[in-house]
Amino acid sequence: MDEFSRLSLHVPEPAVRPGDQPDFSNVKIPKAGSVPRPEVDVEPEAIRDLAYSIIRVLNREGEAVGPWAGLLSDEELLTGLRHMMMLRAFDARMLMAQRQGKTSFYMQHLGEEAVSCAFRRALRKGDMNFPTYRQAGLLIADDYPMVEMMNQIFSNELDPCHGRQLPVMYTSKEHGFFTISGNLATQYVQAVGWAMASAIKNDTRIAAGWIGDGSTAESDFHSSLVFASTYKAPVILNIVNNQWAISTFQGIARGGSGTFAARGLGFGIPALRVDGNDYLAVYAVARWAAERARRNLGPTLIEYVTYRVGAHSTSDDPSAYRPKTESEAWPLGDPVLRLKKHLILRGAWSDERHAQAEAEIMDQVIQAQKEAESHGTLHAGGRPSVRDIFEGVYAEMPPHIRRQRQKAGY
Amino acid sequence: MARMTMIEAVRSAMDVCMGRDEDVVVFGEDVGYFGGVFRCTQGLQAKYGKTRCFDAPISESGIVGTAIGMAAYGLKPCVEIQFADYMYPAYDQLTQEAARIRYRSNGDFTCPIVVRMPTGGGIFGGQTHSQSPEALFTHVCGLKVIVPSNPYDAKGLLISAIEDPDPVMFLEPKRLYNGPFDGHHERPVTPWSKHELGDVPEGHYSIPIGKAEIRRKGSAVTVIAYGTMVHVALAAAEETGIDAEVIDLRSLLPLDLDTIVQSVTKTGRCVVVHEATLTSGFGGELVALVQEHCFYHLEVPVVRVTGWDTPYPHAQEWDYFPGPARVGRALTEAMEA
Repeated sequence: MDEFSRLSLHVPEPAVRPGDQPDFSNVKIPKAGSVPRPEVDVEPEAIRDLAYSIIRVLNREGEAVGPWAGLLSDEELLTGLRHMMMLRAFDARMLMAQRQGKTSFYMQHLGEEAVSCAFRRALRKGDMNFPTYRQAGLLIADDYPMVEMMNQIFSNELDPCHGRQLPVMYTSKEHGFFTISGNLATQYVQAVGWAMASAIKNDTRIAAGWIGDGSTAESDFHSSLVFASTYKAPVILNIVNNQWAISTFQGIARGGSGTFAARGLGFGIPALRVDGNDYLAVYAVARWAAERARRNLGPTLIEYVTYRVGAHSTSDDPSAYRPKTESEAWPLGDPVLRLKKHLILRGAWSDERHAQAEAEIMDQVIQAQKEAESHGTLHAGGRPSVRDIFEGVYAEMPPHIRRQRQKAGY
Repeated sequence: MARMTMIEAVRSAMDVCMGRDEDVVVFGEDVGYFGGVFRCTQGLQAKYGKTRCFDAPISESGIVGTAIGMAAYGLKPCVEIQFADYMYPAYDQLTQEAARIRYRSNGDFTCPIVVRMPTGGGIFGGQTHSQSPEALFTHVCGLKVIVPSNPYDAKGLLISAIEDPDPVMFLEPKRLYNGPFDGHHERPVTPWSKHELGDVPEGHYSIPIGKAEIRRKGSAVTVIAYGTMVHVALAAAEETGIDAEVIDLRSLLPLDLDTIVQSVTKTGRCVVVHEATLTSGFGGELVALVQEHCFYHLEVPVVRVTGWDTPYPHAQEWDYFPGPARVGRALTEAMEA
């Protein structure tokens, strides 16, 4: 008898499936305020625990507690709340517009608004984000005009991308927002390159890369960490762990690793996990990482623990792969409601003002939508020229493309 | 004017560009301290410092990906992929990113990078050091593709590539690094120092991307070639005594169609030559263009001479490589038909 039995393949499964009771007992939530705040020049080996914990500032009562609290004024927090509410209202309208056939596709942020909205406020003008398709809060929180975003979504005559790119794949160099590809993970290593360039030029600007839990499985993620670690690039490497990669639960990409943040440890990159639904915690950790980068101390890896409440995009139905009530059971709550509660507790906000703000913001979004729609939507009204197909492939149009443009009749 | 090998010529191009423009940076595997496995970057780190010429981790997607990020910042990276055969991990970054950043962002961001890579066979490099993947780049709109055949062109074209506002794939036929190899592997190769195209200005000059050069004027048949095969074609013309007109494309994309059409219209016969495999090779595109533009001038079907549709073998290198005998037979075939 052989001492070894036959081999079998391990295929991870989420704890629950449609029809089951939601179960997040595997998500260990430390008490708000319990995770220490190290100095920014700390040795990465000294803070390995932070890759396995969750930095939280807002407790259940809505109080801001612990060493990561106290960075933002009432006014800054109210601005943050407004940004998140605006992103949520924007999403709601654009989702509806997609269903009305005004665009082909949309991706919403529901439940994840704090991540990109708070992060943007920790950066400075001139810094560069290399985002995925679920960080529109970076634009909203930098006061990029909503109408421009809608023009892009509707691929209308004023679309900044001239109809060439899928909806929500925005670009704005001016607002520190690198053109979104629609590919996965490629932008992560580009962020490292941008940061290396800034260091080569002895500049003061820093970069931020963005990736989802699922895409950390791409080899570009590994390359990014190698390059960032080797050259100590001034870059913040963000992982948004929203638990789901379309229909695939995060365990498929995470494998045997305890957390996504822990991926950074083997590279000697300080790695922190943060409550992604806590505006104050996201801001505090982002600022810590930005300070490290600005002090030339190198990269920081941050995992935002959050939950994708909506579908991946307008092309999938989550009830086919996870319990319908799972989002309600998510233990880190809703980022808008949590910040609202905190502001009320601070005496800076009230239910009435919140309801009024909601109405005002929705009105702003609707006004912006009206303006954008006056310039066309995907199948109606003003649209980009057919010439735009052929232009911009190269700085100067080569003869073969010119011949093809002429053949197309333009 | 100096006598340069193709290695020295590409090094000189980078040197000139780095000297003129502080935004030009050079990196890749082994390119820093050591100066590259083919020595193309030798001395650049010592001259410009290790933040402008440095060693990279063995990660082609990382090398090209970081170069794209640097270009978005405003630098002009000129990176080396150690062998063209190693570029595949970077293919995603090249095709879906570098090639499309200008287009998808409507010029908000651009990608002025150069990716240099030694290409082609002839050094007993086997499957993973002999490939000619140019057609994988010419199929990608948004990239430019250059294959020089001599030191003078290599320097002038590399300077143009580094100064170009768009991503350029710069494929250096490694068998030409030290001399104009004509496929006669049994003979010692003539060094570039004894060839007129080894005369290279030491300073700045450029050769426009998208312009072919006629290497041999002739009236009987047009040979369209690039890289190493230019020299093989020239040898085949001499050895067969057929008065071939040999076009050195230099740039595959954009392509100098006018030069091709003028020549084939004149000769009425055409042979297309490349080292890369036959099926879906760049020769297929050339034949289609000749057919579209010169059909009524053609006396005979266009003939292709290429590598076989197999992986590049090791021991049988000279039975695989389309040498002067095979090109000569194709010339004869084109004349007899």
